[in-house]
Amino acid sequence: MNHRYQLHWIAFSTIVTREIRRFLRIWAQTLLPPAITMTLYFIIFGNLIGSRIGEMDGFSYMEYIAPGIIMMAIINNAYSNVASSFFSAKFQNHIEELMVSPVPNYIILAGYVAGGAARGLFVGLIVTLVSLIFTKLTVQHIGITISMVFLSAIMFALGGFINALYARSFDEISIIPTFVLTPLTYLGGVFYSISLLPEFWQNISMLNPVLYMVNAFRYGLLGVSDIPVAAAFAIILLFIAALTTYALYLLHKGTGLRN
Amino acid sequence: MKALTIEHLNKTYRNGFEALKDINLTVEEGDFFALLGPNGAGKSTTISILTSLVTKSSGSVKIFDADLDSQMELAKSYIGLVPQEFNFNGFEQVKHILVTQAGYYGVPAKEAEPRADALLKQLGLWEKRHTASRSLSGGMKRRLMIARALVHNPRLLILDEPTAGVDIELRRSMWVFLREINQRGTTIILTTHYLEEAENLCRNIAIIDKGRIVEHTDMKSLLNRLDKETFVLDLLEPLTDSSILNGIAYHQVDANTIEVELHRQEGLNGLFSELTKRGIKVGSMKNKVNRLEELFLTLVERPESAE
Repeated sequence: MNHRYQLHWIAFSTIVTREIRRFLRIWAQTLLPPAITMTLYFIIFGNLIGSRIGEMDGFSYMEYIAPGIIMMAIINNAYSNVASSFFSAKFQNHIEELMVSPVPNYIILAGYVAGGAARGLFVGLIVTLVSLIFTKLTVQHIGITISMVFLSAIMFALGGFINALYARSFDEISIIPTFVLTPLTYLGGVFYSISLLPEFWQNISMLNPVLYMVNAFRYGLLGVSDIPVAAAFAIILLFIAALTTYALYLLHKGTGLRN
Repeated sequence: MKALTIEHLNKTYRNGFEALKDINLTVEEGDFFALLGPNGAGKSTTISILTSLVTKSSGSVKIFDADLDSQMELAKSYIGLVPQEFNFNGFEQVKHILVTQAGYYGVPAKEAEPRADALLKQLGLWEKRHTASRSLSGGMKRRLMIARALVHNPRLLILDEPTAGVDIELRRSMWVFLREINQRGTTIILTTHYLEEAENLCRNIAIIDKGRIVEHTDMKSLLNRLDKETFVLDLLEPLTDSSILNGIAYHQVDANTIEVELHRQEGLNGLFSELTKRGIKVGSMKNKVNRLEELFLTLVERPESAE
């Protein structure tokens, strides 16, 4: 391996290791809450209410919502890990450790995104294990399932990174999750099939990227989806490319970092 | 070889404030160099540009011949920075901070760990290696920042007020440590408000004021320019009859203390023989202010009167 890229690889793995160490150290804030919240979703929506709803797309309601709940946990945690970790680094000024070092921007971005995706996947695994207490999960298309998990985690980790670059206060890293991310996930077909909606709202729902992720992931597990899976991959890859380009542009400009 | 070459460096902030105006500066490899100036003179802006924390408006910077624009990664790999403010993650353990920092410079963990251990021992932080950094005392935090700056073996160490708020004992032990580092070949650039520190440690000096370099020379020739000094003399017996000192320009501070201003060419022997003749016994003597401080005050006032 070229010496320069060897140095980049060491820097990348250093950032990822530090990020993983961080969310494991504060597991009571990072790993435990999603496990509890998602357990409540399974009990309330899946068990108590779900038993009265009956089947959806040929599956028990609990089975139907499990992929969406797992995906919701992945998305939220990948996003908030990068947003809070990178913003804290700015807030405490220890981002300067990275800025004075020879680590290039693409490695800084890749390191934080991989760290955020790692938390998303870790929490996704925990929620999957929790869901197995309530329902059975089968995997119909393993490749689609795994790639959708990784791509969704990466996409939202990128979003968290951009949010943290712009943020000037802790309030500003909670605005997007509260007012954008949460509505998008709740309206993204986690708890229902969009075929239940009137046509107008079905069309509006098609503008929601979370709908594609949830449905493609559900297709991977259950084999059913409201949207064409190929379109889901195309849209996510497009978002990842656009967000990566924009994040690198902001880093190059020094937005939120350099005077 | 030059450790640092700055040419025509300018920085104007977005609000229009011109922090640096055509700075030209060189530092030789192996030097212990002082960059001094009053608050707001441009020292920290200069250092922030060297370490890429602030973007320059124009001009060029080379670190060991590596251009900061075209060979940024190489240029940055040569530098170790001890910033003015504590800027590590307060929740991280002391040793993790060092190993992580080394990783940013491409030093693998198995190589970084023994380096970190050695630095922690040298700087008296070994017992605290598993402690969260926020629990360290102020002096320990300063030492941790020095250890962090050295963990990747930089060729150029930049210290921005490294001893601010540090007690005298620790300050002196840090001087010894920094001298050792310098003797082993690391070029050091130091900014400090303790001019005694600069005079003791540094061989060359630049003074910056209002964004311009007003002096760039070696410490010895700068101090030689000081043509008069004020000495404080502690007398063994109280001075009751002031007429006994007729003919000597002095200022009486209290019964046992006088201040005497001497021109360089006069020397101290003449003063002491006069005092001995008049039966005045001197217990001790010191400079009223540090010699560099006297010069510094003159130099940083000059551009104000010129403008």
